[in-house]
Amino acid sequence: MDLLNNLSLGFHVAFTLQNLSYAFGGAVLGTLIGVLPGLGPVATIAMLLPSIYALDATPALIMLAGIYYGAQYGGSTTAILINVPGESSSVVTAIDGYQMARQGRAGAALSVAALGSFFAGCVGTIVIAAFAPPLTELAFKFGPAEYFSLMVLGLIGAVVLASGSLVKAISMILLGLLLGQINTDVISGTPRFSFDIPELTDGIGFVVIAMGLFGFGEIISNLGRPAEHREVFTHDVKGLWPTRQDFMEAWPSVLRGTALGSVLGVLPGGGALLSSFASYTLEKKIVRNPRIPFGKGAIQGVAGPEAANNAGAQTSFIPMLTLGIPPNAVMALMVGAMTIKGIQPGPQVMTSNPDLFWGLIASMWVGNAMLVILNLPLIGIWIKLLTVPYRFLFPAIVVFCCIGVYTLNNNSFDVFMTAAFALIGYVFYKLNCEPAPLLLGFILGPMMEENLRRALLLSRGDWTTFMTRPLSAGLLAAAALMVIIVMLPSIRKKREVAFHEE
Amino acid sequence: MKIKSQQDFWSGLIFVVVGVAFAFGSTNYSFGSSARPGAAYFPFGLGVLLAILGGMVLFKALTIESEGGDPIGDIAWKPLLIIVAAIAVFGLLLPRLGMAITLPVLVTMSALAGDEFHWKDALLNSVILTVSSWVIFIWGLKLVIPLWPVFLTNGS
Repeated sequence: MDLLNNLSLGFHVAFTLQNLSYAFGGAVLGTLIGVLPGLGPVATIAMLLPSIYALDATPALIMLAGIYYGAQYGGSTTAILINVPGESSSVVTAIDGYQMARQGRAGAALSVAALGSFFAGCVGTIVIAAFAPPLTELAFKFGPAEYFSLMVLGLIGAVVLASGSLVKAISMILLGLLLGQINTDVISGTPRFSFDIPELTDGIGFVVIAMGLFGFGEIISNLGRPAEHREVFTHDVKGLWPTRQDFMEAWPSVLRGTALGSVLGVLPGGGALLSSFASYTLEKKIVRNPRIPFGKGAIQGVAGPEAANNAGAQTSFIPMLTLGIPPNAVMALMVGAMTIKGIQPGPQVMTSNPDLFWGLIASMWVGNAMLVILNLPLIGIWIKLLTVPYRFLFPAIVVFCCIGVYTLNNNSFDVFMTAAFALIGYVFYKLNCEPAPLLLGFILGPMMEENLRRALLLSRGDWTTFMTRPLSAGLLAAAALMVIIVMLPSIRKKREVAFHEE
Repeated sequence: MKIKSQQDFWSGLIFVVVGVAFAFGSTNYSFGSSARPGAAYFPFGLGVLLAILGGMVLFKALTIESEGGDPIGDIAWKPLLIIVAAIAVFGLLLPRLGMAITLPVLVTMSALAGDEFHWKDALLNSVILTVSSWVIFIWGLKLVIPLWPVFLTNGS
């Protein structure tokens, strides 16, 4: 069995002391930022990118991955205990989870969330291990035309499923693609849009953009809002174990959530957020007569979405690992991290760096197991952290972001650029423009241009090559279909309603 | 003409301006032909596309009624200016004065952006963050960051 061989290689890598400790570090850090509102995984990973210069590629990626799925666990803790989702993906967990906490069943909600997530994480890991090799095979058949179309599909998919205006989101992608054009043209060697500033001929660092838009942009908008008074709901988190009845009610929801999340995670634009929303909707449809109605503390409303968001977080690694196409902003940063370590993301990663590939996958299972241990018995420590006031927190974020940016190239130019992007980030926030599509566009921009130009060279300037090659045509058709479906009036209304529930 | 959605109006305007600027800027480079695309080929296309989409957003903002007019709302000038300035000051000072002086300045400045400011908290935070940054970045990760001001280290 290839699968078993590969997994055993992976576990071999993941179980070295070094990698175990980085997985642990990532999981702890992820839980921490998941618990702390106002600091998301995107900003954190961006902050840590400079520090991975000192690490090998495998432990670095293992740690970054740990942060991503750790944040899903941590986010649900705060959602349940104080009705403040630490992560956007745990917004729906708060609906029923907080009600459970108010009825004194916080322990049951927390343990169902953690165990459900763990189960989903295990399944997600197996799904990645099983589906990555065939997808990689397929990817090797791709020529430049197919790659270009795939990126179009990926970018469109990423915004179709996001909230807000579609035209604006696509414009943000284009803006990102254009920012990615500030560089030296690979083919002719001409510096473009650099205004004779030498630092710009290498392009803007994507850490600079991510940190400016996500890290600082978030801080400024948080400070701009009046401080909300948070009530920590902790007076009794005892009785960690769910009752037998809780357990019987929860496990079918966990199964459904896992299945749904695994599928949705692979879609472009999918991942944890979409999966949890979809799962909650599904649970409401399927569980006809819950013992406790939804919205009043139904355990299914915690179990399903929690399993789904973790499964989705896990399987969203598939397009990134096999095709080098990031489906969401966190994965875009992972692609960036690989590039920093000199690994070209794409289908060849599996064969050229099998240690990294399988080690990363195996580490996800290890990390998930660690998270259950971290989250259940140590819940008290995380709760204490909630009482740290934001006025101590944000200067720390500012410091780490600033040092991180400076150490990228050891010069101040990047720092000034980050200040500019912090300003731009606030403008976007005020204008209700999502910055995530911009980051995706920025990451994919240079790759997209290269493939477009190569495809045109090969077809001697014939644009129909994208439509005559069947695979490419299929991918473009899928992208077009997505746009059309979202534009349909009935779906459009539903989509607005779905995102208004936030 | 009345603006029906403030947010969309301004974002549309930004998209159009940036799109046109890039399309215009790319005329400095060789365009090539479809069979041999040059350096300007892709950015020109993108710029034009962005300008068109921005135009759509603008058009919508001027014609379609939106609930409440999507106002931009109050701008949080204080945190915005202070944080942006703090980052810039950090960039200016770090290579010259080193971490030991720059970080307390950065921490104190950014703390001023918050609603509540207490000197005691800011000082405490400065000390903690400066020491932990030294431990993490210089001692732990062995990154090359100046710690003391240049005039001190040059003298010795």
